[in-house]
Amino acid sequence: MKVGIVALQGDVEEHAEAFRKAAAELGIAVEVVEVKKPRQLEEVRALALTGGESTTIGILAKRAGLIEPVRKAAEGGLPTLGTCAGAVLLAREVRDAVVGETGQPTIGVMDIAVVRNAFGRQRESFEAELEVEGFGKIRAVFIRAPAVVKAWGSAKPLAPVRHASLGLIYTAAVEGNILATAFHPELTTTAFHRRVLEMALGRA
Amino acid sequence: MSVAGGFSTLDRLRDFFYGLLEVRDRLRERGVKWPRPLEGVQTGTVRVKVGFPAMLKRGVIMDVTNVEQAEVAEDAGAVGVMVLDKLPYDVRRAGGVARMADLKMIEEVMAHITIPVSAKVRIGHYYEAVLLEAIGVDLIDESEVLTPVDEQHHINKWLFTVPFVNGCRELCEALRRISEGASMIRSKGEAGTGNVAEAVKHFKALYSAVEELAAAYRSGDEERLRDYARRCQVPIELVALTARMGRLPVVTFAAGGIATPADAALMMWLGADGVFVGSGIFKSQDPRQRAEAIVLATAHWDDPETVVEAQKMVSEKSAMLGIDVRTLKPEELLQTRGV
Repeated sequence: MKVGIVALQGDVEEHAEAFRKAAAELGIAVEVVEVKKPRQLEEVRALALTGGESTTIGILAKRAGLIEPVRKAAEGGLPTLGTCAGAVLLAREVRDAVVGETGQPTIGVMDIAVVRNAFGRQRESFEAELEVEGFGKIRAVFIRAPAVVKAWGSAKPLAPVRHASLGLIYTAAVEGNILATAFHPELTTTAFHRRVLEMALGRA
Repeated sequence: MSVAGGFSTLDRLRDFFYGLLEVRDRLRERGVKWPRPLEGVQTGTVRVKVGFPAMLKRGVIMDVTNVEQAEVAEDAGAVGVMVLDKLPYDVRRAGGVARMADLKMIEEVMAHITIPVSAKVRIGHYYEAVLLEAIGVDLIDESEVLTPVDEQHHINKWLFTVPFVNGCRELCEALRRISEGASMIRSKGEAGTGNVAEAVKHFKALYSAVEELAAAYRSGDEERLRDYARRCQVPIELVALTARMGRLPVVTFAAGGIATPADAALMMWLGADGVFVGSGIFKSQDPRQRAEAIVLATAHWDDPETVVEAQKMVSEKSAMLGIDVRTLKPEELLQTRGV
């Protein structure tokens, strides 16, 4: 089975490694391929959107003509995981904690609103213990991370935490076949990649 | 009337709060969990400091000197900006002592853009680094482009929460910087020349040494790894890790003299995880198109068709005027500072 990573910018190798480990745990064979052009999307059975700079990935995806194909694929049921910048790209509403409206290109397939850089700058980046419904207790790394502040429609917010200034926020969300995390599971766990692979196998 | 509005108001307030408590108890009975604050929160861990540069991979960090240039960089798709007082090309021409940029300018840039903001400190200048960490800079470059203040030692970067990037010309130097706590490495190149030749030399030196170590590791030749560690004055564990991974254990960018999309693609082809562009963009006649083109060429370096498209976006007639490294006197070289 082929799984894809949108490989325009960000931690592509870390996601590839997480997919390989997750596949080994499930006892299945996967081939990880980079997706930089629309036609590369056609053969993949699952997709990850990396951590990185959401503005950069958005601009490059728009130029490469990837926005519409990824949106269609995700809406059409392709199991999709977006982490950090990837989650920002998947959200329908995006705002920045410092400059407000960003007007950046996004894919916008999840009924969630995110605030970019919600926890502050790199100095405030952190790791912490997190209880994520359906995934258990994990060690999560937040790097200039966004936060999910609202979910509506069929999107379900996960892993609520109290935030000093934003109040109640969520650090992950799920909507059918689409999974978004504000943190970087690819740096610490295979749980989320495993779930996406299980979806692709029709087991979840 | 009192501030609270009299006893009747206070009674109503009390009833209201009791009402809230009842709602909370009812929610608890139904199994609604109150969101908890995060547990075991740690900032500045190795995972957090090395994880940040990983998010910059396949991206371009651009040198800027003001808000206007920072906005051009962000719009072009840069993954970060490096705020300087003068671009390296101007540092060369100005001479004198080159220091950290104005803190006010750095703060102004941070308030106007959403991408990470880096800034340079002089080699060995702990206090410039303390100041940059205090104002919240995302990444600190301990840079040979500025005038070093310590001829013997670099900053002990383990003391800081903010990640550091350091320059190197070959593997020993890179490993020394990592053992001092650098979270990211870049080639030194010869900044401000618009000539990528030195960066190419440094990347080839870096990766031929890594390849030799990897071969020694595969053949189980621990003695050679030990010799290498001793010669470089770094821990054997770090040498072994590099040998096992077959690459530097931290994210490695190319820097120094990158001026065209093809330069950027060449450095990615030589194994860089991303590129820094210094004078190349804002010393050219076409900074907007050039910034966009270099971002495009870096992301799609493995696809010549797209790099052709990127290279066509800029004109060689508009490129910065280069300086041949061979015409520089030894004392004019920046790359030999702080090894």
